Amino acid sequence: MKKSLFDRIFKPEVITLANGHKVERPRSRMPLIIICLFAVLTISIKLTGFDLMIVIKRLYQLGAILGKIFQPDFSFLPKVIGPLIDTIKMSLLGTIIGCSVALPIAILSSSNINKNKTINFLCKLLLALVRTLPTIIIATMAALIFRLGTFAGTVAITIFTFGVVGKMLFESIETIDMGPFEAMESFGANKFEAFWSACIPQILPTYLSHCLYCFEMNIRAASILGYVGAGGLGLLINERIGWRDYNSLGTVLLVLFIAVVVVDSLSTYFRKKLG
Amino acid sequence: MNDKILEAYNKRPRLAWLYFLVSAIIISLVIYSAQGMAFSGIAEKGSEIAKGMMHGLTHPDKNLLFSTATDGVPYLIFQTIAIAVLGTFFGAILAVPIAFLASENIVGKPIAYITRLLILLIRTIPSLVWALVWIRVTGPGAFCGVVTQSICSIGMISKMYITAIEDLDTRILESLDAAGCNAFEKIWCGILPQLYANFISAAIYRFDINMKDATTLGIVGAGGIGASLLQCINSRRWAMVGSFLLGLIVLVMIIEMISGKIRKKLTTGE
Repeated sequence: MKKSLFDRIFKPEVITLANGHKVERPRSRMPLIIICLFAVLTISIKLTGFDLMIVIKRLYQLGAILGKIFQPDFSFLPKVIGPLIDTIKMSLLGTIIGCSVALPIAILSSSNINKNKTINFLCKLLLALVRTLPTIIIATMAALIFRLGTFAGTVAITIFTFGVVGKMLFESIETIDMGPFEAMESFGANKFEAFWSACIPQILPTYLSHCLYCFEMNIRAASILGYVGAGGLGLLINERIGWRDYNSLGTVLLVLFIAVVVVDSLSTYFRKKLG
Repeated sequence: MNDKILEAYNKRPRLAWLYFLVSAIIISLVIYSAQGMAFSGIAEKGSEIAKGMMHGLTHPDKNLLFSTATDGVPYLIFQTIAIAVLGTFFGAILAVPIAFLASENIVGKPIAYITRLLILLIRTIPSLVWALVWIRVTGPGAFCGVVTQSICSIGMISKMYITAIEDLDTRILESLDAAGCNAFEKIWCGILPQLYANFISAAIYRFDINMKDATTLGIVGAGGIGASLLQCINSRRWAMVGSFLLGLIVLVMIIEMISGKIRKKLTTGE
């Protein structure tokens, strides 16, 4: 058995059994892990200026704000409905467009269907690159290019959806059963026909369930995009916090909460049906 | 033989109406949501800005990229990592009691239900709002980012913990009982070994997300790379934007690679 560096430095403990056999028990790695974790935490605390005492001392401030948030001002409700519909529209359109664009790219990035290594690598790289950019940064840039408003938000959500769904989809495509595909080919079907009737039925339920899951995430994401001027509920959230009107903020958050719960339960229901 | 195949083929499920219905719903949804979308064309300087972005990304500000000052890219990246590390660490620890309180097989249905409602509440308030609320407590800076992420991480981490706890194999506890172990020994040898791999895997997964989130939080002044990045975007200094984005892209890709490897090792044992 090959020994790792750790085992060579800290020799394993040798235990002699009753029948004379010798067994080795490697030393526990726990102390090393704890020391590393401790070092990382100390450096992090220095870098961020974290101080638990301040949190404990000033926690009442948080309590005051949260207290106001949990007493929502219902007279503000009519003003919330418009932006809420904007948010839902943004995430709906963004999800649908993003998911449709993601499908061909995901097929091109799965190594069991696309045998061309270069295209495969490029598509995977594209998906990985898109996923590294935070949605809100994309939204800021889109707002600069396409003016402030819901269109910029839709663009940002489309790009985000494309990255996430593309990645999840090519990972599930790579695990499908290729037997039916080969069987179709041996019957004399061409590549496209074989793919259409052997792979699509396997992918479709997963694809739809990924899309629904992404829609769930997008509702949450869309609600903050307004912070950089991309329309929707975020605009209101930003404005209310700016005015320190926490009761109205509570209303906005309550509406968001209800919307998220409804969308979550709907999508969970459909995903159960699909899976 | 061929007749049988044909017969089976003719009996295949006819789902045309279902497909038609689904496509009709999707198309009507698209039309409905596209109506409110006021596409007012590209802004006056839109194409110029797009060009600037491309130029900035391909010609990043090298001084900023490799400077060691506190406003250089490396320092800000380390600060972002530090925020994510501390946020995940505290979140992962805070999530343990909450997750046990929310598992039906440990505390029973009523308490589990109430705790789950609490988790849902934490999850629904967007992290940006949490940050803006916490700023009142801690003042702007990386400190605020840490506290915000500790709270925001609880929601998702405890959800993943709950799945692990509810899958606990309780027969092991019975056999430890039969061997005469006390409560502490039962927890140490019967419960922890079953849970710790899942717990660490959940925390690392959340760390990935926190890494990206830490950038977003910078926008409201909670430290990290986001604040400087947004400033540069708003003042249209594209070369600096390019260097920040390049730093961010490299960072996220490296973290994703490492965390994927560790998680694979934890779940498969190899």
